[in-house]
This record gives sequence, structure tokens and C-alpha cells, in this order.
Amino acid sequence: MTPIPSAAETARIQPAATAPDLLRNFCIIAHIDHGKSTLADRMLQLTGVVDERAARAQYLDRMDIERERGITIKSQAVRMPWAVTDAAGVSTPYALNMIDTPGHVDFTYEVSRSLAACEGAVLLVDAAQGIEAQTLANLYLAMENDLAIIPVLNKIDLPAAQPEKYAEEIGGLVGVDPEDVLRVSGKTGAGVLELLDKIVATVPAPVGDADAPARAMIFDSVYDTYRGVVTYVRVVDGQLNPRERIVMMSTRATHDLLEIGVTSPEPIPTKGLGVGEVGYLITGVKDVRQSKVGDTVTNNAKPADEALGGYSDPKPMVFSGLYPIDGSDYPILRDALDKLKLNDAALVYEPESSVALGFGFRVGYLGLLHLEIVRERLEREFDLDLISTAPNVIYEVTMEDKTILTVTNPSEFPGGKIGEVREPIVKATILAPSEFIGAIMELCQTRRGDLQGMDYLSADRVELRYVLPLAEIVFDFFDQLKSKTRGYASLDYDVIGEQAADLVKVDILLQGEQVDAFSAIVHREKAYAYGVSMTGKLKDLIPRQQFEVPIQAAIGARVIARETIRAIRKDVLAKCYGGDISRKRKLLEKQKEGKKRMKTIGRVDVPQEAFIAALSSEQTEPKDKGKK
Amino acid sequence: MSPARPEGLPAPADGALPTWVGDAASAGRFGVYLHVPFCTVRCGYCDFNTYTATELGGGASQVAFADTASLEIALAARTMREAGYPERSVSTVFFGGGTPTTLPATDLARLLGDVRTTWGLDADAEVTTEANPDSVSPEYLRVLAAAGFTRVSFGMQSAVPHVLATLERTHDPERIGDVVGWAHDAGLQVSLDLIYGTPGESLDDWRTSVDAAVAAGPDHVSAYALVVEAGTRMAGQVRRGELALPDEDDQATKYELADDLLTAAGFEWYEVSNWARRTPLDGPGTPATACRHNLAYWRGDDWWGIGPGAHSYLSGPMHDPRDDVFDTPDTPDTPDTPDAVASAAGLRWWNVKHPRRYAAALEQGHSPAAGREVLTDADAALERVMLGVRLREGLPIADLGPTARRNVAGNVAAGLLEGRAAVTGSAVLTRRGRLLADAVVRDLTDD
Repeated sequence: MTPIPSAAETARIQPAATAPDLLRNFCIIAHIDHGKSTLADRMLQLTGVVDERAARAQYLDRMDIERERGITIKSQAVRMPWAVTDAAGVSTPYALNMIDTPGHVDFTYEVSRSLAACEGAVLLVDAAQGIEAQTLANLYLAMENDLAIIPVLNKIDLPAAQPEKYAEEIGGLVGVDPEDVLRVSGKTGAGVLELLDKIVATVPAPVGDADAPARAMIFDSVYDTYRGVVTYVRVVDGQLNPRERIVMMSTRATHDLLEIGVTSPEPIPTKGLGVGEVGYLITGVKDVRQSKVGDTVTNNAKPADEALGGYSDPKPMVFSGLYPIDGSDYPILRDALDKLKLNDAALVYEPESSVALGFGFRVGYLGLLHLEIVRERLEREFDLDLISTAPNVIYEVTMEDKTILTVTNPSEFPGGKIGEVREPIVKATILAPSEFIGAIMELCQTRRGDLQGMDYLSADRVELRYVLPLAEIVFDFFDQLKSKTRGYASLDYDVIGEQAADLVKVDILLQGEQVDAFSAIVHREKAYAYGVSMTGKLKDLIPRQQFEVPIQAAIGARVIARETIRAIRKDVLAKCYGGDISRKRKLLEKQKEGKKRMKTIGRVDVPQEAFIAALSSEQTEPKDKGKK
Repeated sequence: MSPARPEGLPAPADGALPTWVGDAASAGRFGVYLHVPFCTVRCGYCDFNTYTATELGGGASQVAFADTASLEIALAARTMREAGYPERSVSTVFFGGGTPTTLPATDLARLLGDVRTTWGLDADAEVTTEANPDSVSPEYLRVLAAAGFTRVSFGMQSAVPHVLATLERTHDPERIGDVVGWAHDAGLQVSLDLIYGTPGESLDDWRTSVDAAVAAGPDHVSAYALVVEAGTRMAGQVRRGELALPDEDDQATKYELADDLLTAAGFEWYEVSNWARRTPLDGPGTPATACRHNLAYWRGDDWWGIGPGAHSYLSGPMHDPRDDVFDTPDTPDTPDTPDAVASAAGLRWWNVKHPRRYAAALEQGHSPAAGREVLTDADAALERVMLGVRLREGLPIADLGPTARRNVAGNVAAGLLEGRAAVTGSAVLTRRGRLLADAVVRDLTDD
């Protein structure tokens, strides 16, 4: 008998008319590249939701960027029919809701809401690579939410697969016998039928009160150019119906439900959504901020008294200045940010200007990946060339007179009597082969890390848990970690609070004039290193002027590092005769173009490229140009 | 002549000139440059358009060169006549290279004769040839003088053997005094070329070279900072780390030393890299021993360049820059062809580089020009500042645009322009300004 439900069976699992015990809501927890999308595609095919020919690769990942980077930023949900025949030969139809989860560290809150919409999770691990830190963190999150965990090894068709080794590893983590870890291949389809059956057997059916006032949790909202905001919800209690008036409980804002439906895989309007069901709502709003992830939707006429738990506002943790390289692109950047904001509730920004970089925006992000994604989308979708300043975190500065300032930009760091500075800290989990323990500890040590614990996942893989200042992570920590572990380490972190720290602002001065884009808030012990590095970089990047230019790093009025750009002595082509004139004129025209693009700091002419290079350069050691 | 060729418009096969080049011609002088693209060896730093005997053959050979160049002289005269260029005798002739003196003196004499019979030669015309110190003899120099040559410029470069070796120059430095003497005996004025900043050259080495040049008793000295040009053998040596890149600060120090030593020996700078000995017969202004042919380049006069890779320039009816050059150039920025514009500020063109292609074009009766450039008033104005500011005689401040005029004060304050000259209306570089001349040019061409 085919596992795809018959017509009679299908009638039992219609949206808004499915008994909760025939529903299974699950998600797949997996690392980038561990084959989640391929497995999801395979499930869509096997359940008949898409046919083989129509299956588009990586169906669930809608945005190009996600597809190219192999990551899923926005979660969605797909409803799939599935029938299971018991030992007595009785076939029962089920509606499976597969809820996709964002795969990255910056989106922990979104992940937690996706998990909260499920009763079970498939823990998917590449049989050739083993579990990664972010997957482990999400696994812990799922376990905290009491989800049923189905451990699965994927890509067992790969020659490099080591299913025994990794079955032991994840069996140990989840607390099951390695024998019970399913082995599948999303690519060949091996083991996927069994996995679907196992989901039905293992994941508990949703439980809710059908007669209570409606309560549905928003686990995602996506802006669509044609339809406005599409809100994805999981109904907990009661029922949502078409054309009724709903309330967003966090804001008390009311909207008319223009459409309600399920995705399978295209949106299908339905007569409503009942207890335990997952689907989408369209109300005509244009901004995802009006449909906040984690918020509770209820009926306006018969509202619930109490919202579902777990809601919080997205909070930007990392800030950086974003500037168009061509100053005349500023209005395009502003419009582009306004557009991105419609689909990104976590994106915040306000205009700022910099002597070095001109007009731009101070942008707040959930984390570094969020920053990268936003910047890449701006560059790609709006054809902008951008420069971003070094990312920094939020500091809370208490002055001696007890006034408190929140600093998101080093230039706002106060100069007066400071009582205490507090910075956000994270709990970081690092997974790596045990041979790199020393290198990782050394790195975390230099980043003011505090080791919380260490466990072996298997004979040669280890989990290190640290508390680290977020500021240390946003500054090239991940790159350093990768390079010190030959790419094998993975990292997850979650902001857990804040701590007081001895932090100072280091300013960079060019001939006595402060260059705003290079001010940084750093730990006092690292101020000197930052000063030496930045003055050295600028010395190499700024062309010599007709006068000597001191470059200083200073904490307040105290200079901690100094370099000098010697005055240029020769700027003339010695020879200029008949055959050189055209060439020389063209050279002059080019130089004049360059001169127009110079930024003037005090009396010093600096090509914008120099600022950009100093901001984007990876190099941390000052280098000597080797001139006499 | 440098081989680097600007991108330009195609040149017509017959070499026809637009008629507007004749319009303004009455204002300027006319000079002829002859490029002799042969050397016995090619030096590692040299990026000029030159070839050794083994690299060439057929109609491009040294033996046939005078015949070939003679064809271009005839073509030049014909196209100028057809464009209505007024009858004009030649004020200056300069044989450059390459090493012109790899040709027999009689070939050089014959080409000068062709110039004379074609255009006529001013009675006081200056006729110079470049020469390698080891390729001349007293007899050779006497033949040149008898043919009408007035001046010889020797590529001395350095008096220090290890510096000459790095430059891959083969001549014996001891010979310089002799060749200068022979040239003077033949009645020729003498210039010596020096190069400073060669990798491995110390400040003392440079002092030795300048002293030796002065001691040889020339009338004129040119001193150039070594530039490692892309594509030369020396550029490869630098890339491979075999030679250090010349240091600009070191070159600045050496420039100042040369200027001190030459000034003390009675020479005066008249262009950034050129010094001439002032004689009691000189009036005020540029000494008579200055190279008048090169002055013509810097002053924007007309010239025809004969030979492979040579550039030519004929001015057009330039407007008074004080009226409109800096505001509304009345010629288009990118004219399609020289004839598409009723007039322009100048026409420049350059010949094909390879002697074989050069010879082939002329043998078929075609122009050897490879490309052309039509100068707008703005281009010409830019060139005039770029070239004129290099001269001791300076640039009239009144000819500058309004922003550039305002920049003069800042350059005086920065010690780059002479204050006294500025007060009397001239932009004249100080010694510091000579070393930073390109920065001054950028300021004085601001619009």
C-alpha cells in the first residue's frame, strides 16, 4: 500500500478539519551543508507534494543569497500528507508540518520560536563530518523545549561517511543507542520512508483546547512584494477563520484576515486553521514589524486573556557604520535600507556622518552573519558599493555622577569621569577535533575568555564552553578560530548578560585631528596593540604629504602610539620631451581626478581608498615599508 | 623617444593634415626631430624605441635607414604644403635615439641636408645629435660640424664603473674628457646626460659623477632621476629582487646635490632637469647654451618627428586662455576626426614603432603615422601649464584659470613658487618646487 493517503483518507486531514492526533509538527535541526534542503526535497517528493520533475533543488530556500551561501535565513512551513499502516493492516492518514529553521547563530531567537511551533525535531548530521557547534546549540534548545528528538545521519552514500563513529557521537548526545540512529541519504532517498514513519511514531501529536479563544504563535513573517506580509503561525488553542478580525497581542493592533491557508508547497487558502495546525495569514500589512515573530495572534471578537509565552523583541547586538563608497549613492542606500527593513524586523539604522567616509548609516544587527547578509543584499540587490566600519557592541557607561549612557558608536563614548563600563557577554560553544584544544584555548585566552567546561563528544572531538565578551567575538574571532583549526572548528554563541570591564576609547589622530571612523572601544590591555596596528596601517596607506604628518593613537589626551609619515620630497617626473607629452597629460588628468576624490582631514589629503583599505584590511601587525 | 603611445584616433594612410594646422602656424617656430632607432647594445633600464643590429633586417636595416627617413621628410613637406602650412624654415633639428651615432656621420649629414633642402634651415639653427661616448671619433665629429651640426649631447650617465655596470653602459668613463675636447675642437657645443638614483649608487658616487661631468667642461648638463619603466630588463631585476627600486628621497637629495655643484660651477637651471652654462655674452633670461630644440617642446612650438615611433605636433588656432579656455572650451572634448572640427588647439600624432613597419609604410607611399590626437583648448591649456611650469622663465600667472590663480599664493607660502616672481606675474618654481613640480602643476591646473 502506498504511503500517500487515499482520497478517503485525504478527507480526514483537510486543513481546519484535521483531528490534532493526526497532526505531526516537526523541524529539522542541521548545520549548513549537512543536507537539510536535499532531505526536505526528498520528503516533498515521497509525500507527493511535488513530483520528481517539478522538484526544484533546495525548494525551501527561497532567496538567492541563501541558496548560494547554503544557508537558510527565513523559515517556512510545508504541509505533507503521509499514511502509516499498522501491524493490523489499518492505514491512518497524517498531516505532517515540516517547519524550516534558520541555521545560524545570529537567529537563535527565531530558531527558538520555530522550535516552539513543533513537538519534534529531526537532528540531521552529516555522516562524514559529525555534529557542529550550531547544531549542538540548537539541539540543546530543542531539548529544553521538550521536543522529541529523532537522531539521523545523512549522506550515508558518501565514501567518506563514518556512520558508526558519528552514530555513537550523536547517540551519546541525545541519549539513545547508536543502533537507533537512523541512516539516510537525502540524495538517493535511502531511509527517508522509514524516517517519515518514525516521525509519525515518535513525534507527539499537538495538544490544545479547541473551544478556548484562539491563540496562535507567529514563528515567521516574510514580506512579499505582491501580497504584503505573509505571517506563519502555529495554532495552539481555538481556531482562526477567514475574514475575521484578529489582534496582535503584544501591540493590541487589529487586522482583518484577508487570507488564511497552508503551504503545500504553494500557498493554498483554507477554511481556517485549527488546534495544532501550521499555516499562513495575510492581512495586507506592509512591514514585518507589524507581525512580530513570537507574538500571539488572537480573535478580536473573542480575545484570549493571556498571550503565549516566550515573546521578545529582536534586539540588535552588533553595530557598524555603513557608507556608500560613492557619496552620491547615499539616497540609494537609504531607500535600499527602507526596503530591506520591510522583510527584516531585526534591522535598525539611523543616519550618521563621518569626516572620513561622508554620509552613511549606523546600522544595528543581530550578529555578524546578519551584518554580512544585509551588506551583501544591499550590494547585490541594489548595486551599491559599500564600506562598513569595524563592528562594535552596545556599551553601558555609568558616569561618576551616576548618569548612564548607552553607547552604540565609539564616537559617542564619553570623555568625562567614568564610573563603570559594562559590555555584553556570550556563552560560546566551540566544537573541534581534540588536537586543536591548545590553539583554541590560546585564542580564547587572548580574547578575555573564561573556560566553563570541556567535554569529549567522541574519542577525538571535543566541546569547549566559554564565556566571552561579545566585542571580542565580533572582531574577526571566527576567522581566527577557523585559521587556527584548519577550518575544523565550529562556533555557536548566545548573549547571556553583561559584565563590567576596563574599557577605554582609543582615538586615532591625523596631524592632531581625530579620524572618527577609526575610534574604537577596546580593553585597556589591548589599547596599545590597537593603536600600534592602526597607526601603522594608516602610515602605509596614506600618501606622503608636502609636510610631515604625525599619526597618533590616544586614550583621551594621552598618546599611546605614534607613527610619522615623512614629508614627500620628490613628486616630479624628471623627463618630459616631445614623445612624453600626451602620456604625461593623461597621467596628470588621472591624478587630478584622484585629487578630487581626496578627503581632507585638517590639512591632510587622504584618498578614500586609504580609509577603506584600513577598515577592511585583515592585517593586524604594522608593517615597515622598508624605506631608509 | 618613449615607446609608450597614447591611445588616439586612427591616422589617415596618406597622412593628410587638417587645414586648420596651417592657420595659426605663423605664430610658432618649427623644429624637426629625427629618431634613429639603433643601438649597438640595449641597456637594461632603457624603454626607448631602439633596436640592435641583430634584431633587424631588410628595409629596416641601418644601411637603408637614411633612405627611408628621407622618404618621410618628403612626405612631411608635401602634406604640410597641401594643408596650407606657411613656408617656414627650420629653427632646430635634433637627432635622438637610440644612438644616432651608430650611423655613419655621412648618413646624419645627408639627412640634415635633406631637411635643409626641403624646408630651409635658419642661419642660426641649432642642430644637435645624441651620441654614445664610445661611438664617436674626432673625425666623426668634424664631419658633423662641417655638415652644419652645432651641438652634441653625450650619454655619460655616470663616472662610476659599478653604476655604469648596473645601467649596462659599456663606455669607458675615462673617455668623457676626451670626447668633450674633440667636440669642442670641432666647434660643437657639448651637453652631458647624467642619471642619478641607480640602485647601488651612493651619494659620493653621484658627487663623483657630477664633478667628473663638470671637469670635462661641457656647456650644458642634463640630470635625470632613474625611472624603472615597466617592461624593461631592469624592471624584471627589481621584480626578482636582484636590484632595489630607486628611493625617491635619495633621488631628491641627489637632485639637490647636483643643483648645488652645477650652480657652483657656473651652470644655471633653465628646466627642472637641465642646466646651461651662462656665458658673458648672455643677456638676462635663458642662457644661449640651453637646448633650444627642447625649449620648443616646453614652449608649445611646432615640430615634425621623423622616424619610427616619433611624435609630431602642429598647433592650431588657440584662443586666448583668459577669454574662454577655462570656462567654455569651444572645441568638443572628443572630436571624432581632425577634419570633423573646424579648428582645434593642436594636432599630435605618432609613428608606428617598429622600423620594419615604418619602412614598409613609406616604401608604399603611405604615412607611417599610427595614431593621432586632436587637442581641445582645455587639453592645450593643461599641457601649457604642465610644460611651462618646468621652465626657469616661468609661466604668466595671468594665463591661468581663476582657481589656479588663487592657488598661487598657497604655493608661494608652501615654498614651491618664487614669491618675487609671483609678485611680477610669473609662476617660477623654487628648488623645493622643482622637486614637487607635479604637485604644483596639479594646483595650477585646478578649475
